[in-house]
Amino acid sequence: MLDVSVAYNRYKFLGHEFLTWLWYMIDTDFEALQKADPEMDALAIGNRIVLENHRHNRDETITIRGDGAGLEEGVMALTKGAKVTEMHLLFRAGELEWRFSLKGESLSISSLKTPQTAKLESAADIEGAVLEKIYLVERVVKLVEQLYAQFAKQRFDPDWDKKTVHRIMAWIRQGPAAD
Amino acid sequence: MQLLASTLSVTRYRVQGKPAEPVMDTVRNGLKDQMIREIDNDPAQKSIGWTESARPFAPDFESAQFMFGNHLVFSLRMDKKSVPAKIVAKHVNMATAKRLADNGQSHLSKNEKRQIKDEVLHRLYTRVPATPNVYDLAWDMEAGVLWFFSNLKEANEELETLFSKSFRISLIRMFPYTEADLAAGLSDDQRDALKQSGPALFSGGGHA
Repeated sequence: MLDVSVAYNRYKFLGHEFLTWLWYMIDTDFEALQKADPEMDALAIGNRIVLENHRHNRDETITIRGDGAGLEEGVMALTKGAKVTEMHLLFRAGELEWRFSLKGESLSISSLKTPQTAKLESAADIEGAVLEKIYLVERVVKLVEQLYAQFAKQRFDPDWDKKTVHRIMAWIRQGPAAD
Repeated sequence: MQLLASTLSVTRYRVQGKPAEPVMDTVRNGLKDQMIREIDNDPAQKSIGWTESARPFAPDFESAQFMFGNHLVFSLRMDKKSVPAKIVAKHVNMATAKRLADNGQSHLSKNEKRQIKDEVLHRLYTRVPATPNVYDLAWDMEAGVLWFFSNLKEANEELETLFSKSFRISLIRMFPYTEADLAAGLSDDQRDALKQSGPALFSGGGHA
């Protein structure tokens, strides 16, 4: 295996492609994403998305934040060759809702808000609370891992350029949903 | 417990190997050997070690419950002291003036200046209390998976070092390359393609 820090830096573009692909999939083929968690009812871009463009000697970062913010600038940045580097997501399954941010280069999860767990009334409740919280964290971790596995299988398929890249390019040309 | 907080950060790891048998004894001994050492009233500037998630300031791994279902839950604690540079400079200045007056000297050698600074830092660090930071982790030994509840670079690096020192097994951080190579279920051909891969272009990039 490659040296960890070399592999981290050399392949961080994969994380950016993954988040860009995820936006494309959320916009065009949510059903396919449900394979990652069959109980998932919704996966949506939340209140923050960051795009970066390092092409043509540009060093451009576009950050869109705020509940209900439009994604028009993000769409424009995609057409110029930017990729998504960070994304805040909302994940819903039945009555349960999670919100979290995903950073492309590290696939690390931050600002994770899980559904509310039962209130601790006494020290005896700790074990139940910990088990419940671990389950709720695991739902998000597994979702991210399954989504990434889905992306990786497409990414390293011989048809990646012919099929997926062409579809993403067409999606960007048409203009993704900007709200 | 940090794990029960309303907002969390998670860095994911694979655990390479299993602790030596009997596993629970190995883990408990590793935790006890590398338990956090208190450095208040001590000149040490930094202390890093394991602690209990439920009692981070009074850990006792002999009696602690750290097994929850399939997961071991405990914490990395990092205690650090800091003294503002201006306070160090003030005390070095005062100590220098006193040394010159006591010895009737007009100036100090490089070694004497260094010695005074070391003495001042020793004295100040002994008086300053350490600021503790506690980061929980959940380790599923069956699955060989560990979640560390911090994305801070320094905390993750300290975790990787302390974990390997304590349990004689190492952690592999999961990021785009390692996740694809080790966990995405790729075929050998796909893993070869991963190694050869370069960035894809999703747009001509020529639009204004």
